Amino acid sequence: MRPSVRHTYLWLPLCLLFLGGAVVAGLMYGTVPLTPSELVDILLHPQSSGLKSTVVWQLRLPRVGLAALVGMALAVSGTVFQAVLRNPLADPYILGVSGGAALGAVLALTFFSVQSYTVPLLAFSGALLALFLVYLVARAHQAATHTLILAGVMVGSLCTAVLMFLLLYAPADPMRNALFWLAGNLARGEERWLPYGAGVCVILVLLLWSRAGLLDVFTQGEDVAADLGVDIGRERLFLFCAAGLLVAIAVALAGLVGFVGLVVPHAIRLLWGAGHMRLIPAAAIIGAGFLVGADALARTVLAPAEVPVGVVTALVGAPFFLYLLRLRGR
Amino acid sequence: MMEAQMLQIQKLDFSYRGKKVLRQISFGVEQGTIVSIMGANGSGKSTLLRLLRGRLRPESGSIRWDNAAAHKLSRREMALQVAVVPQQLQQPFGFQVREMVAMGRYIYQQPLAGPSRQDWKIVDEALASTDSAHLATRCSAELSGGELQRVMLARALAQQAPVLMLDEATSQLDMGHKRSICLLLRHLGQNGKTIVQVSHDMNSAAEISHKILLLSPAGEQIAFGSPHEVLTSAHIEAAYGVQVEIQRQSSTGGGRGGRPEESTEILRFLPQPLMFGSTP
Repeated sequence: MRPSVRHTYLWLPLCLLFLGGAVVAGLMYGTVPLTPSELVDILLHPQSSGLKSTVVWQLRLPRVGLAALVGMALAVSGTVFQAVLRNPLADPYILGVSGGAALGAVLALTFFSVQSYTVPLLAFSGALLALFLVYLVARAHQAATHTLILAGVMVGSLCTAVLMFLLLYAPADPMRNALFWLAGNLARGEERWLPYGAGVCVILVLLLWSRAGLLDVFTQGEDVAADLGVDIGRERLFLFCAAGLLVAIAVALAGLVGFVGLVVPHAIRLLWGAGHMRLIPAAAIIGAGFLVGADALARTVLAPAEVPVGVVTALVGAPFFLYLLRLRGR
Repeated sequence: MMEAQMLQIQKLDFSYRGKKVLRQISFGVEQGTIVSIMGANGSGKSTLLRLLRGRLRPESGSIRWDNAAAHKLSRREMALQVAVVPQQLQQPFGFQVREMVAMGRYIYQQPLAGPSRQDWKIVDEALASTDSAHLATRCSAELSGGELQRVMLARALAQQAPVLMLDEATSQLDMGHKRSICLLLRHLGQNGKTIVQVSHDMNSAAEISHKILLLSPAGEQIAFGSPHEVLTSAHIEAAYGVQVEIQRQSSTGGGRGGRPEESTEILRFLPQPLMFGSTP
């Protein structure tokens, strides 16, 4: 695995090109396909009426925005967890956030009527509760990395066990919804909450970007980081909280979308190296573009039915990643 | 004559999981001197280095940096005082070598800004002084062990702390680079840098060190003083359990500056020749 260190100055235009392409695809494709000229026309005349205009303005734009937000949050939090845990295979769900969120969502789907806000609300609460539980356990050991991971896995397993139990006794309909949610689903997004989620996520991403030097130093191991002047306990807590909050928001809005948080940071490291000054913004942009593109695909493959977007991210992401590994390994 | 001691260790004891690792260690480090800590594997050398930089707390006794207890200094305060070249380091992620050396500037960076132009200048100088300028744009994941050690040394130099601590930092270097790092350390010492190193290379330690601390396998202080005083056959046998032959050579043109001790001799340690077959 040899990151090319040349052509690094091209990273921003290439990232933006990727995101732009994905957004255009996300707006054009779906049950009602649009031609490029139609899309331009609709975007230039927001006030015009008609089915296609409604589709773009009322349905696709919010959905593209949601996908971009969730993709950004997952990719950036994945980057942070990988750096702090010094493990390229860490993903955003490693601290049990996914289990807590899933349990919350399934509780909402099983016991409450299909009020649209209960699912994200309970999923978010579940995610935060799981994070807090993991922190409480790990705190006894000054939140050492391996304790955090073990506690995360255990809390996750506990939640999964309760969840399986619930699903066994759930009626067929909520169970189908739950499965869809567990595989990642952007259709359930609560438009009203999107601006708040976006605001918080953007602030968190900027905050993490401003600590790029800290993330660089963490990849050298906590022992070395301490010698370089880092107050390990405090900074690790800050990084875990910021990244954990990003995941909780993403999960609340879109369920368990897998693979983005794992593959995007990894791919960018292979392309442009591991320096976080570049990695964080690149992960944010590519993560957003990747999920927007995957969602466009998820809506078109079996149109008018939808494939869960998590299935698409894995189906597209895994082979691409393998190709990248092979390419860079030469 | 004696300069003030910047680091003082008095009657230091330390145990790890109930086992005594260091016993009654007492010595001092003056500014601008090179001190080598030597001893057999497991004699507590690396533990002592960790204690000196406040990463561990003494069981009894004291470690004081300019009258502040080592374990009470914050990580930042310590990093401004001491730069460390670690023993070994795995690189799970590929950084550009230059970016890696720039991590040494972490304590000087403002939260929102990356390395400044001045930081990059210091980074490039540090790379040049460790004979690694040609590695600047290489990826850290593909460096050899020796190249990585030189880059680590460059990073510690970029940190610009008055004290440099090396934990067997030349163990993976070839003979030529070991020699050039040795000369670089002496040069740094002559320019006021204080160096505390753990080393297994007795010849180069004897050559560049002003003081040597020799530890027994049980973590006791066998001797502390000039190489001349410490590295005797009896001491070395006590530390390593081997008999050595010591040759004392006068160095040509002796009396080069910067060495406070009277010695213009170079000590050469040759392990006793291996004996084959039965002795009569």
